[in-house]
Amino acid sequence: MGEWVLSKQDIEDIAVGAAVLGTGGGGDPYLGKLMSLQVLEKGKKIVLVDPRDVDNESFIIAPAFMGTPVTMFEKLPSGLESVKVVHMLEEYFGRKADFLTPIEAGGLNSTIPLYVGAISERTLIDGDGMGRAFPELQMVTFHLYGVKATPMALADEKGNGVILDTVDNFWAEKIARVITIRVGGWASIAIYPMNGEVYKKAVVANTISKAAEIGRAIRESKKHGKNPVDAVLDVTHGYRLFEGKIIDVSRWIRAGFAKGEVLIEGLNEYKGKKMKIQFQNENLVAILDGEVVASVPDLISILDMETAEPITTERLRYGYRVVVVGIPCDPKWRTPKALEVVGPRYFGYNIDYIPIEERVKKLGLG
Amino acid sequence: MPRLRVGIDVGSTNTDAVIVDEKGRLVYAVKHPTTPDVTTGILNSLKMVVEESKVAKDDIVAVMFGTTHGLNAIVQRKGLLKVGVIRIGLPATASIEPMTDWPSDLRRAVGDLKVLVRGGFEYNGEEIAPLDEEAVRRAAKRFKELGVEAVAITSVFSPVKPDHELRASEIVREVLGDIPISLSHTIGSIGLLERENATILNASIIGVMRRAITAVRKTMKELGLEHAKLFIAQNDGTIMSAEQAEKYPIFTVVAAVSNSVRGAYVLTGLENAIVVDMGGTTTNVGVLEHGFPRESSIAVNIGGVRTSFMMPDFVSIGVAGGSIVKVKNGEVTVGPESVGYELVTKGIAWGGDTITATDVALALGKMTIEDPKCNPERARKLIPQNLAVKAYEYIVRRVEEAIDKVKTKPEPMPVILVGGGSAMLPRKLEGASEVIRPEGAQSANAIGAATALIGATIEKTYSYEQVPREKALDEAKKEAIAKAIESGADPATVNIVMVEEISMPYLPGNIVKVKVKAVGRAKL
Repeated sequence: MGEWVLSKQDIEDIAVGAAVLGTGGGGDPYLGKLMSLQVLEKGKKIVLVDPRDVDNESFIIAPAFMGTPVTMFEKLPSGLESVKVVHMLEEYFGRKADFLTPIEAGGLNSTIPLYVGAISERTLIDGDGMGRAFPELQMVTFHLYGVKATPMALADEKGNGVILDTVDNFWAEKIARVITIRVGGWASIAIYPMNGEVYKKAVVANTISKAAEIGRAIRESKKHGKNPVDAVLDVTHGYRLFEGKIIDVSRWIRAGFAKGEVLIEGLNEYKGKKMKIQFQNENLVAILDGEVVASVPDLISILDMETAEPITTERLRYGYRVVVVGIPCDPKWRTPKALEVVGPRYFGYNIDYIPIEERVKKLGLG
Repeated sequence: MPRLRVGIDVGSTNTDAVIVDEKGRLVYAVKHPTTPDVTTGILNSLKMVVEESKVAKDDIVAVMFGTTHGLNAIVQRKGLLKVGVIRIGLPATASIEPMTDWPSDLRRAVGDLKVLVRGGFEYNGEEIAPLDEEAVRRAAKRFKELGVEAVAITSVFSPVKPDHELRASEIVREVLGDIPISLSHTIGSIGLLERENATILNASIIGVMRRAITAVRKTMKELGLEHAKLFIAQNDGTIMSAEQAEKYPIFTVVAAVSNSVRGAYVLTGLENAIVVDMGGTTTNVGVLEHGFPRESSIAVNIGGVRTSFMMPDFVSIGVAGGSIVKVKNGEVTVGPESVGYELVTKGIAWGGDTITATDVALALGKMTIEDPKCNPERARKLIPQNLAVKAYEYIVRRVEEAIDKVKTKPEPMPVILVGGGSAMLPRKLEGASEVIRPEGAQSANAIGAATALIGATIEKTYSYEQVPREKALDEAKKEAIAKAIESGADPATVNIVMVEEISMPYLPGNIVKVKVKAVGRAKL
């Protein structure tokens, strides 16, 4: 495909699409969007290539932010910490990174790497390790292909930096979490150093362009007076699972997760039916009148019925008119090994994962 | 001797003015078309209500007004001050400069002058870096050379620890002398960009607010009311002294919505209800919670800028008394276009040629209007019956949808109808346990302003591990009470009406956002 140089409009579109792929969580892409827009204004360029254009011998690093969004939205990044972590890993390996890759296509960490690519003058790859958003470091397809999260670099805005080398990716998550709290609630990280050969096998390809496509479809359908939700379904090959009004939202916090449940009462052709969606940061299970219609790792997004604007789990409240959209996840998430890491049982739901295509077919939906 | 208060509220169509007695009973009410400059409408309605009512001037002890001056200035980018923006937070925050996300015309209208300096705090009160006092001084000197008219200062985590904002403001004061300085910890809470935006906007509208207040004071003097105290309505349904409003004009920008909600409470005594305020152009549906407007929990967009400060939670629809009835492809819709105050010349019932929501209601006998120039018979004859029925159904459906949207639970609630247009609404609405239209409903907004209490809110963030909960709450309460008294409240009447604690998950140290609101009667 050659090089894709992002325009301001592309960044706006990606931020909207990333919120859809964020399935209610993943943090607001807004912050990364503003950082990227500012860096473009300063004359830098954001350049992406297709995963197929990556050489097997290339050295690839994934930059991201880790920590609590509330501190990130108050103590904004300096910008330099993102460059520092890339340089630290490069120094550790004695090699310049040929490419940077996002680890998430949904939420905050989808737009942050755009900024890092521009400011550090590295080319990005149009792909990620999730195709959506997930809350933990090991929940990436790279993990499934045996790539270690470490050696990873971690830095704060003050200039402090650490290299972590851990026995496995779960330990990387645990130790990094403690450090982010100590340095003020969040830190910039560079993780999953790997070569192009493994990357091409493990990547969820073309997800940033997918996010841009979703954002563009919503924008253009609004401009032409068409239904933006249809546009989202079109672009994502998704299913319209339900339409209705939110009648109840309950939340609780357990083990660091913002958990909860939203109950939606059917409208229009769904009148008389009810849908329950269970969430933990992200929307994880959708249940229609007692029957599961979609579950993690497939994507469940709640969109505003009129504008198709994605509604994050913290903004759900009584009275919203919404459409529930289900999108098939990347096939890499559907193996037994993958489902051990991100299947419904990992999140504590006692149900088997059945691909959304099959569930929808069985129930005659979509 | 009766102690009377004048209340004035600026709506999109009319500027209402009332006089109420010390018990909140309506003495006299007038309506005047809202003027493009707003001020003329306020001054004229003030003159009208005082002169027509023929009350003794000495009996008037206070004038309260709610105005859209601030909002209009921001939306129209007119009359804004040139603001010098200082952000304290380096090395953090450099990746997003102040006003990055603003519409460029608004950015230019406030001067687009920003300086980032070292300093600020972490969530737990540790310093990110010591405040760079020299950099603040250099910024102030540059602002002086460039003719800056107001300064806005925002420091990272100032709601946890305001020390660097306070010190920076001392330095700016030394260099720039008597210039308005807005500090972010007095405006908003955690969330740097939204708080900084609100602080810059606040600084930018200090000029228009001062001019409005000066104009009202001048008219009061001409009317022989210089002895009366002047108060301005706030977004949360309370009022503050004119002196405070000149410092914090951003707290007045959406006061009109809250005035109606408070007016509905005063007229009915109901503490918990939905309030439907139907004027000439828009209908605002808000919520009364424990006698005050319920506050919104999400970031609000003003003039294209994301901000966070106290805003009432409401749903606004473009369907109201003057809304124009349209037929397109056989479908009947009403609004959002409105004839506004020209209803009395353009409406069918007034001999005009535009079918409005009011004409439809008159044709169907849903309301009566005491105006010799209004002829419902003309509306009945000229508007086809089925068009009128469909349009009316549309109006009611839109209002019912708005009621449902603003609710937080499915149970039916009492609905209070206020505003001139609301007379047309049925006494049965979906989602309502009862529908009440109290006497004086058409002037509820101005009555809400006239009877408002002085209010002051403090928002701070504490680590309950560092400051014990009891001590933190006590401190916040004392500050709120002191602020209410400073805003003109009678100390003997001040009490705390709200204490809210929101804990921040994922952070150690038991970090809690504390919000305390104190209210009291105006000292007159």
